[in-house]
Amino acid sequence: MASEDVFILGIKMTKFGKHKELDTVDLATEATLAALADGGVTMKDMNIISAGNLMGGALPIAQVIQKACGQTGIPAYNVSNACATGATALRVVGMSIKAGESDFGLAVGVEKLAGAGLLAGGSRKSDGKSWERSGRYGAVAGVDGRIGTDIMPGVFAQIGMEYGHKYGGANFELFAEISRKNHFHSTLNPLAAYTKEMSLEQIMGDIMIAYPNTRPMCSANCDGAAAAVLVSGSKLKTLSQQQQRRAVKVSASILTSDPYEEACQVLPNVNTLTRAAAKQAYEQAGVGPEDLDLVELHDCFATAELVHYDNLMLCEEGNAVDFFKSGATWRTGSMPVNVSGGLQSKGHPIAATGIANVWEVCHHLRGEAGPRQIEGAKVGLAHVIGLASACGVHILESNTA
Amino acid sequence: MSDSIPFVNYLVLGDDPHLVAQECKACGARFFDRRNACAGCSGTEFQSVDVPTQGELRTFTIVAFAAPGIEVPFVSGIVDCGGTSVRANIVNVEPSPEHVKLGMPVKLTTFPIGKDEEGVEAINFGFEPAA
Repeated sequence: MASEDVFILGIKMTKFGKHKELDTVDLATEATLAALADGGVTMKDMNIISAGNLMGGALPIAQVIQKACGQTGIPAYNVSNACATGATALRVVGMSIKAGESDFGLAVGVEKLAGAGLLAGGSRKSDGKSWERSGRYGAVAGVDGRIGTDIMPGVFAQIGMEYGHKYGGANFELFAEISRKNHFHSTLNPLAAYTKEMSLEQIMGDIMIAYPNTRPMCSANCDGAAAAVLVSGSKLKTLSQQQQRRAVKVSASILTSDPYEEACQVLPNVNTLTRAAAKQAYEQAGVGPEDLDLVELHDCFATAELVHYDNLMLCEEGNAVDFFKSGATWRTGSMPVNVSGGLQSKGHPIAATGIANVWEVCHHLRGEAGPRQIEGAKVGLAHVIGLASACGVHILESNTA
Repeated sequence: MSDSIPFVNYLVLGDDPHLVAQECKACGARFFDRRNACAGCSGTEFQSVDVPTQGELRTFTIVAFAAPGIEVPFVSGIVDCGGTSVRANIVNVEPSPEHVKLGMPVKLTTFPIGKDEEGVEAINFGFEPAA
């Protein structure tokens, strides 16, 4: 028996940004109720919920959401996979539908992150009165800043610079130009945290965080939530014409972790698992990169976007610099990437990101993206990566064909 | 002699300071942390091997913004020491893209990072340009 096809029936993200008056529960509920309404269903229809929230402590966020807007006794899966948490929640629900356990399911990601600063390497314990070994490396004091860097802007700077070293052509200006593209794209996205165009001079002249990443080249910490309602193919056939027309097919849903290779425990290797996820996703969906009308990829830093052009096979191996320079990834190009503004400008409320990027792609596939619509979009890809490490890739197709 | 100690377990001091890796006897994968098993092949037997002290700077960043107490700017990098990758600060070089170059040859160096209350000095390692 073939497993069920999975469709997105309803999906919604909140405005990303500073929500001083709203807490995690408010944001998650807003996204959840909006996604249910978008799909024309209610909490009573859901057979499973999977949700994630990384910074809220040990709260079981799925049950918190149920207590806020509908306790129906369904199985609740709380998931945590760093920046791939939202994609993981989505995939858990999709697997349940594929397994025939659920007709409908709800996936939610939510984060309060405005003003959070550095998420890793934000503090280093002060040195003790006497040197005492601790940890797996037997260090006598904090290592961040003494043996390389723990901060994400620095880790991903090294990942981008490594690509530059291997293939050439990547420099500060090129990475800043990638950021300029995404900030430009965000001017058309009313839900983005930042919607201001920035010049190359402004980007390069801004505060340096970890060369070559200046502040606007880093993902924007912000508050936000995103939620999606998934439905099985057979159930969808029983729903209204309107619901069927707006449903978006999940042609591929892939999650990978990083396979061992030399150096991967010294500097995270975000390439192996992304390339593996992309390859599996294209096979599962039966499409190739050339079939994609738009891509939302994990530009947590400008230096990361470059390597993922290559990892997602949007260009020939080793050719990401020329690919970007060709203009392909601008919204007017042949392979628009991050037309939402990406994490650098739309923002990155970490657990919400893996559903928010799917929302962006769905918005275009449904033809509902307004002024930023990529005309005639039929197939799109959403990618996230969380250290250390998980990669989620979803390929989505419009159901109107 | 016991007045100075290495900052981490995998640094060996003395006349010829160097790093020591735990090498999987089955597949040759190398690690710097305390191991239970190998991430490459799940093997459980390891041997200590000396890591070359000369290498090539494979990538770097110049950290300008860090946690309180960490002196910035500093250069963080990954050094390819004859096939074994090492994370370290790049020292004795001006922390600017004009002076730190991808692919430049570097060599291990050690330096004190301070004394504790008993007067014991901790010695850390970094890599400096190999002129």
